[in-house]
Amino acid sequence: MTSYRLPQGGLIDRGHPLSFTFDGKALQGVQGDSLASALLANGRRLVGRSFKYHRPRGILTSGAAEPNALMTIGSSGRTEPNTRATMQELYAGLEARSQNRWPSLAFDIGALNSLASPFLGAGFYYKTFMWPAPFWEKVYEPFIRKAAGLGRATHEADPDSYDKCWAHCDLLVVGSGPAGLAAALTAGRAGARVIVADEHAMAGGSLLSETAIIGGTPASAFAEACATELRSLPNVTLLTRTTVFGWYDGNVFGAVERVQRHIATLSPSRPVERLWRIVAKGTILATGAEERPLVFGGNDIPGVMMAGAMRTYLNRYAVAPGRTTAIFTANDSGYQLAADLEARGVRVSAIVDPRAAGGATYAGKARVLRDAVVTDAHGGRSLAAIDIRSGSRTDRLKVDALAMSGGFSPVVHLACHRGGRPVWSDEKAGFLPPANFGGLTPAGAARGIDGLAACLDDGARRGANLVATFGFTATPVAFGTVEGDVPVSAPAKTLWSIPGGKGKAFVDYQNDVHRKDLDLAVKEGYGHVELAKRYTTGGMATDQGKLSNVNAIGLLAEARGLSPGAVGTTTFRPFYTPVSFGALAGAHHGEHFQPVRRSPLHGWAARHGAVFVETGLWYRSAWFPRTGEKDWRESVAREVVNVRRNAGLCDVSMLGKIEICGPDAAEFLNRVYCNAFLKLPIGKARYGLMLREDGMIYDDGTTSRLEENRFLMTTTTAYAAGAMNHLEFCAQALWPDLDVRLASVTDQWAQMAIAGPKSRKILQAIIDEDIGDAAFPYLAAHEVSLFGGALHGRLFRISFSGELAYELAIPAAYGDSVAEALMATGRTEGLMPYGVEALSVLRIEKGHVTHNEINGTVVPADLGFGKMVSLAKPDFIGKAMLQREGLAAPDRPRLVGVVPLDPADTFRTGAHILAKNAAATLENDQGYVTSSAHSPHVGSTIGLALVKRGDERHGEEVVVWNGLNGEFTSARLCPPVFFDPSNEKLHA
Amino acid sequence: MASLVPCPHCGSRPKEEFTIKGAALARPAPDADPDSWFHYVYLRENPRGAYEEYWHHTAGCRRWLIVCRDTVTHQVNTSQDAAAAKGQAA
Repeated sequence: MTSYRLPQGGLIDRGHPLSFTFDGKALQGVQGDSLASALLANGRRLVGRSFKYHRPRGILTSGAAEPNALMTIGSSGRTEPNTRATMQELYAGLEARSQNRWPSLAFDIGALNSLASPFLGAGFYYKTFMWPAPFWEKVYEPFIRKAAGLGRATHEADPDSYDKCWAHCDLLVVGSGPAGLAAALTAGRAGARVIVADEHAMAGGSLLSETAIIGGTPASAFAEACATELRSLPNVTLLTRTTVFGWYDGNVFGAVERVQRHIATLSPSRPVERLWRIVAKGTILATGAEERPLVFGGNDIPGVMMAGAMRTYLNRYAVAPGRTTAIFTANDSGYQLAADLEARGVRVSAIVDPRAAGGATYAGKARVLRDAVVTDAHGGRSLAAIDIRSGSRTDRLKVDALAMSGGFSPVVHLACHRGGRPVWSDEKAGFLPPANFGGLTPAGAARGIDGLAACLDDGARRGANLVATFGFTATPVAFGTVEGDVPVSAPAKTLWSIPGGKGKAFVDYQNDVHRKDLDLAVKEGYGHVELAKRYTTGGMATDQGKLSNVNAIGLLAEARGLSPGAVGTTTFRPFYTPVSFGALAGAHHGEHFQPVRRSPLHGWAARHGAVFVETGLWYRSAWFPRTGEKDWRESVAREVVNVRRNAGLCDVSMLGKIEICGPDAAEFLNRVYCNAFLKLPIGKARYGLMLREDGMIYDDGTTSRLEENRFLMTTTTAYAAGAMNHLEFCAQALWPDLDVRLASVTDQWAQMAIAGPKSRKILQAIIDEDIGDAAFPYLAAHEVSLFGGALHGRLFRISFSGELAYELAIPAAYGDSVAEALMATGRTEGLMPYGVEALSVLRIEKGHVTHNEINGTVVPADLGFGKMVSLAKPDFIGKAMLQREGLAAPDRPRLVGVVPLDPADTFRTGAHILAKNAAATLENDQGYVTSSAHSPHVGSTIGLALVKRGDERHGEEVVVWNGLNGEFTSARLCPPVFFDPSNEKLHA
Repeated sequence: MASLVPCPHCGSRPKEEFTIKGAALARPAPDADPDSWFHYVYLRENPRGAYEEYWHHTAGCRRWLIVCRDTVTHQVNTSQDAAAAKGQAA
């Protein structure tokens, strides 16, 4: 392969060669190269296949707008598809692969699509894939997915780390070209806190590709000197490799810094990317301008390149574009390129200029053809010749590289992210940023300023003016005379397309949208800019039309007989360039995204062989299998029977615990619960129901009065955080006049339920006080002393199982050892651990409700709690709405038990209840099973259900219908308490 | 929505620290007529312009705030402690 690297010049280090591979072939570049410049230096012109027609494509630009040179970088978990070779710095060992080709880049079967191109025009998907409907899933979608030509993401986990941070500054400067550097230096020298962000590896922007001399210093050295000064100022942060991708409310900017995307061996102590959120008082938008392609036949053949990009490869990377070059330019920038090429010994055979009097100051050797256009480019995988039409004659010229420049479009994206629309300027032949929109100040080429000296001056002045509004005295920095500054001078009339060409003239390279597609869109009624985008797909995908949109608008304007301003733009939205999911997620993955909450008794449970189940963030012990048990049901049944016969210990630490203190604590509880709490005696617990304002039950739990003005509330595990927020709302927003303070103490206490007929005896062995029924009756709640005063805890005589039961709360750090002590003393009494599965069976047997029943549709009366509600209270949350007619309707679903007629039969939670002999229809639906379990006590499946008038239908034969499995089970409705309905065991 | 919410206790903080409840409506008197209660529980304005809402600084000071924001410009105009808004010390 021939080398196109020039022997000298450029901002590269020839003494530092770097090996890399492209499609498996080993190549060499040098330090300072981009992947694109290294490929060009190696004579690699063909770098990808186009999206739809699989046409050979080459490198078109040298920056973020690149539509063609999209590659997959890296391997396994570090695979990055759709990486723009123009933005990827070369490093030793870089692996790049081309995309959208099979079996190889040079021989690609998909290119046959080109032959079918008459059928693949605008609106093709809409017109073709309409019928028959079953074909959508089986034929069309797989076809479209296979054909869609972008890279593939990996399924492997990303091994690298990502970071997020915030930064605050007086002035954010986006872009470090001439205007950006001038603004940043001006503000930085004045003492303002400045952040400068640039997406490239080096600060300087267009200065790095310039041959002009600024104040006696070559442009690239000038840029380096500016960057050095900015880095030396303590109040300035210069962020290179950082793309500001979005402007958000409150003048917050999103930026992504590629910390280690250019490094061969990654440091594990640093992130690969860092997501910045930058809060700026003011912002200078110095994003420059994007050069526009010219729309002529074959303008996508590898070897055709943007004129500015060719200048960058030549001056910055010392890469010759070819052996014989032509330049097709509608403005004076092409003449600068010609002069630079000739100075580096690259032959320019022609400059083609559609204007009558362009390039007046050009004094080089190339033939200048004015009033002329390039109508077609020829070649397959590489440019071979161009057709030049001048007047009535067309000549063919053999060239292997063609530069093109149709004009410059200010990069206005960020300025439009918050709803502002860009404004068309006939004078500048481009869209300018919206004026006076939210304090973002464009400077330099981003607002249509032309020429290097003018941009330096504009940046300095605008920077000075902006920081002056924050109280800084700033003098615009002056940089001396600029030699070799050739303003672009906009064309008199913008040339949107070149008539007379025969080949496909591409407007949007990435989406393969050519001129005729836009014509067709207008003809078929999709000429509105937003419709044309969807109809042709122009401006979509990873580059979002950075290069193509303005040309597309110009063409639509021509076809519709309007000005581009009247056609307008599509909506600009973040992100400016694609941002990795890794950067957006930051450190929030795995346990940092979903932390694991372990109870203080987790270790105890693990030692006793618990099988854990995820409950929200908690890991709860589900059951404790023993040797010889063949499945979980057997373990659970054994635990249930043991609680009923002897005693069991269950970890209930994850229940929400909230301390409520203050002189008005009782009044506060009286208002947040629907039942009465004012007169709860000290040392007693009470079951409470919290309603929502609409009258439905929100949560339940017990609340104990520990002292006159100190209560301890428990909530369900799932609603612990929500209940705390709700109580805080009530205390702060509804009744701030009540003197009450709230504290969540869930994590401070280990809590264990000790349930079963032998629980008292087991507990008494470690508790100093008498806990006999007389001294410690049902619902007693006291502080207790343990192990002869060694420790203090809280004991509550409450029961979820229906057995004689206690809950013992111990300061969290002592929970584990107290649980073990209980296991040791209780062994002779048959104490065993039990998990939440057994807990659930025990509570269903006893008819206790959980959020299976409290599902947001039930009021207290639906669950048999009607008499608990104290309507005598002047106010409580939910009181007013609870008294609505519909909530007392006689046919509301109400809690009822359900058992199969044949104990061998079973049914599942969620199954519906039908009257006997009723057809399985929605109209006949009587309600549904909310909880079900196999009950060792009953000897069959039992269920709780919400059934219309359920409490009046005890004894009625019904059918339990599982519509998913088509199962019908004959069953009988019954009282919801299957065990000890007279509460004898509870009060034992 | 604004990227930063001014908390009267903590200063300007990222919106991710807050949770929003919705319109800051005055709770009717317990014995108010059913229509007032129905409006309070179910009906919401959808204004173009200034809108007062309850925001909770959940991952901060845990105070409930009344935040007034503009639904068009996304500007936060005022933010005050909900208790202070009722004339009570926060």
